[in-house]
Amino acid sequence: MRATTRARRALRVGVLALAGVLVLTSCGVTRGDDDPSNRRLRMMIPNSPGGGYDLTGRAAADVMQSNDLTGRFEVSNVLGASGTVAMQRLINEEGADDLLMTMGLGVVGAVYTNGSDATVAKATPIASVVEEQEGILVPADSPLRSVDDLVEAWKKDPRGLVVGGGSSPGGPDHLFPMQLAKTIGVDPKDVNFITYDGGGPLTTALLGSKIDVGMSGLGEFEGQIEAGELRVLAVSGEERLDTVDAPTLTESGVDLVFTNWRGILAPPGISEETKQYYIDLLTEMHGTKEWQDALERNGWSDNFATGDDFAAFLEEQDERVRTTLKELGLA
Amino acid sequence: MDLLLEGFQTALTPTNLLYAVLGVLLGTAVGVLPGIGPAMTVALLLPVTYNVSPDSALIMFAGIYYGGMYGGSTTSILLNTPGESSSVVTAIEGNKMAKAGRAAQALATAAVGSFIAGTIGTVLLVLLAPTVADLVVQLGAPSYFAIMLASLLAVTTVLGSSKLRGFIALFLGLAIGLVGASTGEARLTFGQPLLADGIDVVVVAVAIFALGEALWVAAHLRRRPLEIIPVGQPWMSKKDWGRSWKPWLRGTAYGFPFGALPAGGAEVPTALSYLTEKRLSKHPEEFGHGAIEGVAGPEAANNASAAGTLVPLLAIGLPTTATAAIILLAMQSYGIQPGPQLFDNEPELVWALLASLFVANLLLLVINLPMAPIWAKLLQTPRPYLYAGILFFASLGAYSVNFQAFDLVLLLAFGLLGLAMRRFGIPVLPLIIGVILGPRVEAQLTEALAISQGDVSTLWSEPVAVVVYVLIAVVAVALAVNAVRTRGSAAPEKEEVDA
Repeated sequence: MRATTRARRALRVGVLALAGVLVLTSCGVTRGDDDPSNRRLRMMIPNSPGGGYDLTGRAAADVMQSNDLTGRFEVSNVLGASGTVAMQRLINEEGADDLLMTMGLGVVGAVYTNGSDATVAKATPIASVVEEQEGILVPADSPLRSVDDLVEAWKKDPRGLVVGGGSSPGGPDHLFPMQLAKTIGVDPKDVNFITYDGGGPLTTALLGSKIDVGMSGLGEFEGQIEAGELRVLAVSGEERLDTVDAPTLTESGVDLVFTNWRGILAPPGISEETKQYYIDLLTEMHGTKEWQDALERNGWSDNFATGDDFAAFLEEQDERVRTTLKELGLA
Repeated sequence: MDLLLEGFQTALTPTNLLYAVLGVLLGTAVGVLPGIGPAMTVALLLPVTYNVSPDSALIMFAGIYYGGMYGGSTTSILLNTPGESSSVVTAIEGNKMAKAGRAAQALATAAVGSFIAGTIGTVLLVLLAPTVADLVVQLGAPSYFAIMLASLLAVTTVLGSSKLRGFIALFLGLAIGLVGASTGEARLTFGQPLLADGIDVVVVAVAIFALGEALWVAAHLRRRPLEIIPVGQPWMSKKDWGRSWKPWLRGTAYGFPFGALPAGGAEVPTALSYLTEKRLSKHPEEFGHGAIEGVAGPEAANNASAAGTLVPLLAIGLPTTATAAIILLAMQSYGIQPGPQLFDNEPELVWALLASLFVANLLLLVINLPMAPIWAKLLQTPRPYLYAGILFFASLGAYSVNFQAFDLVLLLAFGLLGLAMRRFGIPVLPLIIGVILGPRVEAQLTEALAISQGDVSTLWSEPVAVVVYVLIAVVAVALAVNAVRTRGSAAPEKEEVDA
């Protein structure tokens, strides 16, 4: 009989451990209350823990919570098809007044490449929060020394120049080289783009000179850039970065500004009141010191915009992404 | 050496020791719970980096990583429910051992093997990290394709007694591996975005192993007498030790380099270790019925690969697994940039981390070895309750891979496939290895050919690739010669088996 009590004890330990995990991941699903300080909101994240949307969404929820701007946030990761699945769920929850979703440029593109009709235009735009510039990376010993060299080499042999990026087709690292190619007069269809599973494999390919150019956000490459193993030909934003000694594309004579932005959407069909509540909430969040710290810690640039400004920006981005992907036959 | 001793001084302060214990316990717990892996745990714990000192946080994360690699084996062995893709292979022999009343030995060989592999791996890490990392980036897609292809060919040696059934299983696995849109073109997704990322090997393994078996037992519950699981010895016998130590070392030899390779990971070396042990074992007849070598090798391999992963991470700031990527993120949130200068800029931190890996390893052994006989008693639970528990854990595991209810549908579908495979005597191993290797072989081939714009000669453009192809050719010739030589005696026997 001792054996069975022991087994039971072991089982109990297991159940306790499980209960602990459930508490950690907080499975409460309670609907919002009218009192804002008691309000329970849900934040949907379209990729896995540790990814860009996850860090942004969790940082935002955390700042709002710890400053008592609102009640509790329940953050959940909804994975699948680079955000298409989460986007579909947002659209399905039409009129839900307690749901927000962190998203960004990659989700805009993923919806098209996956042939889904849950486009971002259908959702209610709340605010854009952060952006990251893309960088053009080459190995230290690459013959490409400047954007001019790159443009020349690319035009000379469009298919021969191998471009790598850390996102799948429709993601920022894919859209950026395509729009860059178009701007300098290379047919996007001719771009030889290799998809890598994130920054790590892309770094490997660059360090081993398996590809000619890498296009990606620069956060994951700081170590290699500092060590001089990788060089940055240019960054894609409007202004230079403090952290990297490289010109912008515009300075280098290429008329393109491209950023990988992230923002917050709500489901379609919510009341004007709820929308205004979210906008005020995020504006308050944006004003806190904690949020500014989070921006600095993660190397994000501020691109805060709400309401109609963000709606117009979203519309323009949606159209631009759709056109790019359509030309490639991916949308 | 002085630096390492200083590292131990940092790692053994009461606070850091506490974080190491916490990390190891947490890692073991998430390893035991199917679906919740070390990557996700570390990611969810990232916010602690705002409040905790860098060395404490990294020591805890390393503990979680090592603990997770070990903890996955517990449910694999006891419940036939692998929690992580790295412990899928362990379930094959481990659960058979448990059913034969040798659960305690299986758990013990896993614990000791993990300890030995982790320790050797960490020693290699300390010695090699600064130098070896520059070499691994020279390997490109052609080399990986050759290595993966060789692994796939190795599977054909374990197709089981019936080649036909073995190939059916292998091709089923390769077909499951095709699902998804990773190549840019959606295949076998039936317009379902939930299938666009492919099917996770954990879902497939849990379904085929755990659910398939639960259904099989349920289908026969009334027709067959209850098989009572014998109690068995609580500890490893001298014979067990004798049969385990070589697989531990060989598993380490597979795991460490694969962990250090950017496209390596823990799945391929565990599979290769299993195949090797099956081939080399003096007791090949025990494979499929609970051979201790089949647990010792893969379990050593997955822990060694965890150590290997830290080589490129620390030396060139290159994460090769999801967990490593998140540890990198944690370092960056402290403003620490792993890379060539890390050993110069942050020597205290690096050596404290390395020292804490030894500590974590020892802690794992001390905590888990006495637990083995206690865990093993779990199997004394009456079968209806035991299988109810297994079904619960299987569902939980499949669900928490992606937090998608859809994966439960997949679980059920593959569970029925598992039942059918048991009914028709189709081996499970080739299918699982097909799911693991198929997409990798394809991804490397696609990448190589895309870079070369379709020029096939790129496949033998790297020295490593050429060496691997030569090895494949040598083995193939040797096997052919061997087959011809033994044909006279072996052929009739074989026909009998096939019929």
